[in-house]
Formats: sequence, structure tokens, C-alpha cells
Amino acid sequence: MGNFEVLYVDKVTCKITISGNLEKDSIKSFYSKVKAVKQKNLSFVGIDCSDMKSLDFAGALLLVEFVSFFTQKGCSATISGVDKKFEKILYFARKNLRQKPKIEKSKEFFLVRIVNKIGKPIVDTFDGFFLFLSFFGESIMQSFRLILTPWHFRYKATLVHIEKSGAQAIPIVALTSFLVGLVIAYQGADQLAKFGANIFIVDMVSISVFRELAPLITAIVIAGRSASAYTAEIGTMKITEEIDALKSMGFDPIIFLVLPRVIALVISMPLIVFFADIVGVFGGMIVADGTLGISYREFIVRARDVVEMKHILIGLIKAPFFGLLIAMIGCFRGFQVTGSTESIGRYTTISVVNAIFWVIACNALISVLLTEVGI
Amino acid sequence: MGIIIKVRDVITKFGSNIVHDGVSIDIKEGEVYGILGGSGSGKSTLMREMIMLQSFQGGEIEVMGKSIKNISCKDAIELKKDWAVLFQFGALYSSLNVIENVSQPLIEYTNLPKEVIEQIALSKLKMSGLKEDATYLFPSELSGGMKKRVALARALAMEPKIMFLDEPTSGLDPVSAENFDRLVRELASLLNLTIVMVTHDLHTIEHVLDKFCVIYDKKILFEGTLKEAKEFEHYALREFLKVGKE
Repeated sequence: MGNFEVLYVDKVTCKITISGNLEKDSIKSFYSKVKAVKQKNLSFVGIDCSDMKSLDFAGALLLVEFVSFFTQKGCSATISGVDKKFEKILYFARKNLRQKPKIEKSKEFFLVRIVNKIGKPIVDTFDGFFLFLSFFGESIMQSFRLILTPWHFRYKATLVHIEKSGAQAIPIVALTSFLVGLVIAYQGADQLAKFGANIFIVDMVSISVFRELAPLITAIVIAGRSASAYTAEIGTMKITEEIDALKSMGFDPIIFLVLPRVIALVISMPLIVFFADIVGVFGGMIVADGTLGISYREFIVRARDVVEMKHILIGLIKAPFFGLLIAMIGCFRGFQVTGSTESIGRYTTISVVNAIFWVIACNALISVLLTEVGI
Repeated sequence: MGIIIKVRDVITKFGSNIVHDGVSIDIKEGEVYGILGGSGSGKSTLMREMIMLQSFQGGEIEVMGKSIKNISCKDAIELKKDWAVLFQFGALYSSLNVIENVSQPLIEYTNLPKEVIEQIALSKLKMSGLKEDATYLFPSELSGGMKKRVALARALAMEPKIMFLDEPTSGLDPVSAENFDRLVRELASLLNLTIVMVTHDLHTIEHVLDKFCVIYDKKILFEGTLKEAKEFEHYALREFLKVGKE
């Protein structure tokens, strides 16, 4: 360990003696003593290093910085008694001493800052919305181009995405939908039993699952699975310059990356929703059988009588739109990724939140519209 | 000068693909040592094994007298404080700015006051030749060469005893590459560093390395100085050194 003595000879002269090690482990006490010396108004400072045993770069740097601090103030500062073997490192430290660069702080009035803080996200949101619209428009343009030249369509990629985002999502969608059907029936059963209206469980479960719950649950699960995957995939491609490579070869990233994903989801969403319909209602059937004594047979017979086809169709027609929304948002956010790996994470979060929000918002809108129209 | 890294009969397999079949090298203290070889010959893999990023199937590697195969966690941390790695593309932490990147090891491993850490970080940046106005930028705002300089500064932050460089001059322009070589040489002698590097650059091989090994066909084809290499009769080595020259 190092030992550092500070001796004030008179009011303007200070002598510092360093003995032992001046290294990373021992610098701390030296630094605090030196800091106190720096506060004083001195004109002669001498540092005696004749008893110094070892010196590393950090120590040398501190010494050099200390000397230059006093020299700049017009005071004479010297280091004496330095062993020959330390001269090299001192020289190296002197050569590489750098003052802290000044950063210009913005001198904004605090009110301006507050308005900025609130206003900027709002403006950004609007900007984002218009950017999304233009992205959407470009995708539609490219789809028209594809209709004219269908041999450019990426069938293989589309099939891969149908498998990855559609087929592989079935287990989790099935489980979620089953549980939701179960819970709805369970909570409803209690209330219906009070009125002796047991059989209405069929109407309640079937219509709510077919019309609202299955499409919504599926969309939310797919948004969590695929919107995030699309953003992360495309974002990574952007950072590794794969997208630039595509462009430089004259391949359009929308045709290569966006349309296969969008079309894959548009195709697979109604299929998954149909599956979710079956599993969700099955969940309700189990509860109806177990708690209300309505057998599976009775359930199905009743369902055939009361559940109109339109409920199932409405649910299935909504699905491709949700798929379009999810895939477009996922891809759009992916293209917004810039620079660092950190921004992949940020945009992936944004994309999932956006996708889920817009799915729910659109569902609400459709629900209100259809009810008003009377379907 | 003792041997600081000892590699004995190392066998590496990726599945059924054998990468190293009995590789042995010795690296002495204070040496600037190069690991050479064609693409895919497993030179980066060998380096990754030395720094415990990659396991190997047979043989033994000793770093500073400690076998790294069955090393305890505590010893591993002590060892890791004594070495630093400069990755090929810098591998800077993207959530931290330049000076924070360089300060990170010092903040974690020392109890130095903030001002001192800052001072050290600034001078390491100057040492590695980064311009002052880049101090507060984030890695995503830097060019490839600048990233490399910051990574070098970060590697130097803890004043390691051994420094591992993975293709340090790749992606730099010739002038920067030469400066980088000179810098490495200077640092090695000033800070008493042992440097292990993977490289292709013939300028580096000629002017920086004290000694090197060439991996060829899963084995060490040659180990020695450039002078010895020139007298070594083997078409692969000749080819390798000639191709580099052009």
C-alpha cells in the first residue's frame, strides 16, 4: 500500500511525499489528499517520489494531471526523485493527458423544455401515423405490381411464414381459447342457474366466442407472437445491412419481406380463428355438462337452433383484417429500427403494444358499427 | 521471461467436424504473439478457448499458471481482470456512450473516485487515438475504425497483463492500420503487455509480431519468428506469406 504525506512548509509552499505504491488500489487516499491541496492558493508544490516503489498508468496520470493543474495556474510544480524505470510511464501519461471536453448544455427555458417533453411524443405519434400510412400505401402499390407480375410473388417464403406464424401458433391459441371459453361458461353458469335459465349457457358461450372472443384472443396471441417476431427479424436485417443488400440488387424489400408475411397472416388468421372457435365452445360445453347438467348432445342441438351463421361469419371475416393489421405494424416497426441493437428491443415493444391496441380498437369499432346497423 | 500461456494437445470438435487435433503452443511473457492460418482453420476458435468463451474436448490450456479447464469461479474472475479482449468488430455496449464503455471495467472492479475514472478513460481514449469530440457519442454513431479505437481503449482500461486481439487491423485503412500496429508495439513495451493476436495482415506480421504460429490442417504447422519462417520449407507456409505480401 502507498503512504502519502502532505506537508505545508509555509503559506504558499507545499511538499508531498509519496512512499510505497501509487497504483489503482492505493490511488483513492492519494486523490482525496491531493484534492484538498488543489483547493489551496499555492505557488510552490514539490512532489518527492524517491521512496515510490511502484507506479502504474493510473497513478502516473494522476501525478501528471496534478502538476499540470498547478502549472496552468502559474504556480511552480515539480516532481523529483523519480526512479529511472518510472520515467517512461510518466512520459506516456503526460503525452496522453486529456482534459474533459466541454459539452454544450442546451440553455432552454424550463417551460420550453416541458412543452417539448409533452409535445414531441404527440408530434412523433402523428408523424408515425403518416409514415405508417405511406408504408401501407407503398405495400398496396407493390401488391398491385405483383398482381400484374405474379411470378415475382414469393410463394415459398409465404408458406414458411404460414407455418411459422400460423400452424405453430395453434397449440397456444387453442389453449388460450379453451380456457377463455371455460371461464366464460363457468362465470355465466352461476348467474344463469339462479334464474333456472340453464339452457341459455349455449347461446351465451357460442355467440360470444364465435363473434368476439375467438377472433380477439387469437389476434392478441398472434400479435404477441408474430408482430414481435417480424419487427425483430426485419430490424436485425436492417442493422446487418441485409435490407441494403436487397435494395442494391434491385430486389424490393416490400415484395421480399413484407408481402409474404402479410399474406401469410391474412391467410392463416381465419383458419386459426375457426380452430379457436371450436376449442372455445368446447371449453364451454365441458362446463355446461359438468355444472349445469346440459349434455354435449343437448348443447349441440340447442346451438344449431339459436346460433345464426352470421355470428360465425362475422368472427371469421374480422380475422384477415386483424392479420393484415398485425403483420403491417410488425413489419413497419421493423423498418424503423436504426443503428444499435437496443433499438430492436424498443421497436419490438412498440410494435406489440401497437398491434394489440389497434386490434382491440378495430374490434370495438366493428362491434359498434355492426350492432348499429343491426347485424 | 516465463511462459504465460501454455496450450497442450488441444482437441476441438464441432459435432463430427474436427477443428484442432492436438494443438500445442507456448506464449512467453512480454511477447507479441500471432496466431495465423487460413480462413476456417480455427485460429479464432483457439483464441476463444484461451479466454474461456469456448470449450475444448481434449488437452490442456494454462494461463498464468492456472489450468482453465477446471477453474473455480473465483480464479476465473481474477484471471479475467488480468486480461482484456479486443473483438473484431469492437463489441461495444450499445446502451452506453464511448466514455462509459471505457469506464465500465474500472467502475466494476476498482473503488476509484468518479473523476479519476473519467480522467483515466479520457487518456486511454487519447492513447488509442480517438478524437475528442467523439467522447460522448454512442457506438451506433461511430465508424468502424472509431469503434475499434474505443474497444482498444476499453481493453486498456484495466491495464491488463495479457491482451487478446482478434484481427485488430481488419477494416482499417492502411494508414490507420499502420498506426494501430505502431500503437500495439508501443503499448506492449511500455505497459509490459503480453499480446496475443489473430491476424492476416502481412504488415502486422512483419513489424509487430515477435513470434507466431501457423495453424494448418488442424495442427500447428510452424511456430517461431518470421526469420525462421522464411527458412521453413513448406509450400503452405510459403503460399501464406507470399499471398499476404501481394
